[in-house]
Amino acid sequence: MPDVREVMGTAVGVDVRWHGPDAAAATEAVFAWLHHVDATFSTYRAGSDVRRLERGDVALAECSPDVARVLRRCETLRAETGGWFDVRARGRLDPSALVKGWSVERGARLLDERGIRRYCINAGGDVRVGDGPAPGEAWRVGIRHPGDAAAVAAVVELRDGAVATSGAYERGAHVLDPHTRRAPSGVLSTTVVGPDLGTADAYSTAAFAMGREGITWLLGLPGFAGMAIHDDGTVVSTPGFDALRVS
Amino acid sequence: MDRPLPLPRAITVVVVTVAALALVLSFRVVPHIQKGRLAAVRPAGRSAPAPAAPAPAPSKHATTNASAAVTRRVTGSPIDTQYGIVQVRVTMRGRRIVSIANVALPFDRGRSVEISQIAGPLLRSEALQAQSARIDVVSGATYTSNGYAQSLQSALDRAHA
Repeated sequence: MPDVREVMGTAVGVDVRWHGPDAAAATEAVFAWLHHVDATFSTYRAGSDVRRLERGDVALAECSPDVARVLRRCETLRAETGGWFDVRARGRLDPSALVKGWSVERGARLLDERGIRRYCINAGGDVRVGDGPAPGEAWRVGIRHPGDAAAVAAVVELRDGAVATSGAYERGAHVLDPHTRRAPSGVLSTTVVGPDLGTADAYSTAAFAMGREGITWLLGLPGFAGMAIHDDGTVVSTPGFDALRVS
Repeated sequence: MDRPLPLPRAITVVVVTVAALALVLSFRVVPHIQKGRLAAVRPAGRSAPAPAAPAPAPSKHATTNASAAVTRRVTGSPIDTQYGIVQVRVTMRGRRIVSIANVALPFDRGRSVEISQIAGPLLRSEALQAQSARIDVVSGATYTSNGYAQSLQSALDRAHA
């Protein structure tokens, strides 16, 4: 049974299928790390490093080294995505689109380091899994139906990988086209599957911002797969995604 | 002024042309994007529910042995929302969810009543839908920080553990 807690402005579930004595301590370590990340990167907390940096109260060198690390990665991703992933798309510094996935990825590593391999972490719809829930099994990850919270549009089977979805059905249109500063049109949601959640999260944000072109862009990314749901009900997916799809 | 094109630039031009051609060619040979129609994965045979397992004695203890057709109740963690505490309890028989009950939903203020009426059924239906498709977890665009969406996710995750 996952341990579900509120952190980073969303619900995070950590499901560890490990019956050793260290499982509870490992889960605690993951949540402690995520709370630490929230305190450092929150765009809502006036005292966070990110907010103080944005106000010019502190220099980057005075922030947690993770801040420089994340901002460097954001810059790389901006270049990789041709400007479609832009932490300043809203006109202010907001690395949230990388931070959630990146921090969960690091959280997963905390479990790996403890020898715990069977886990599933769900951070508000962004998912990172380790080995399957039991020997010979894979995690079954549903992709939410964009028009119906009570249904899923697809199911993939996954071991040791990440799934991130960007869409316009929650939090309103929180992904903007950085070029027009408007919400992208033509696509309801874009899902990316890949080896690491930080990158998958950033790629899903970028691909969603690209609109219907996003899926073609994903096709050219080795190691990543994806699916997009258009506003006319068309579902487009890459061969890598179809290989994982079971429903 | 009409000096011949410097060699390095000529090479650059050729290289760029070849690269552009390669791009066009590689674009042609990339695998096709699969196209389909959006469909909702929903419980099959809603009109013909799965036969109920022989009614065993309810267990007071949650068990992780999912294969046994033992009835158990799993209480979700309370989610603290700005409107109050939201908490649900799931009754399972083996791996199947039999019912979901609200342990706590805020109802002491006008707005809360309204939200409870919407959120309660929503919590129940989403968890029941997802279990029918045998899903461990659901990926979606970021859930709002609104506690109802969170508790909804909590109910889902716990139901499929």
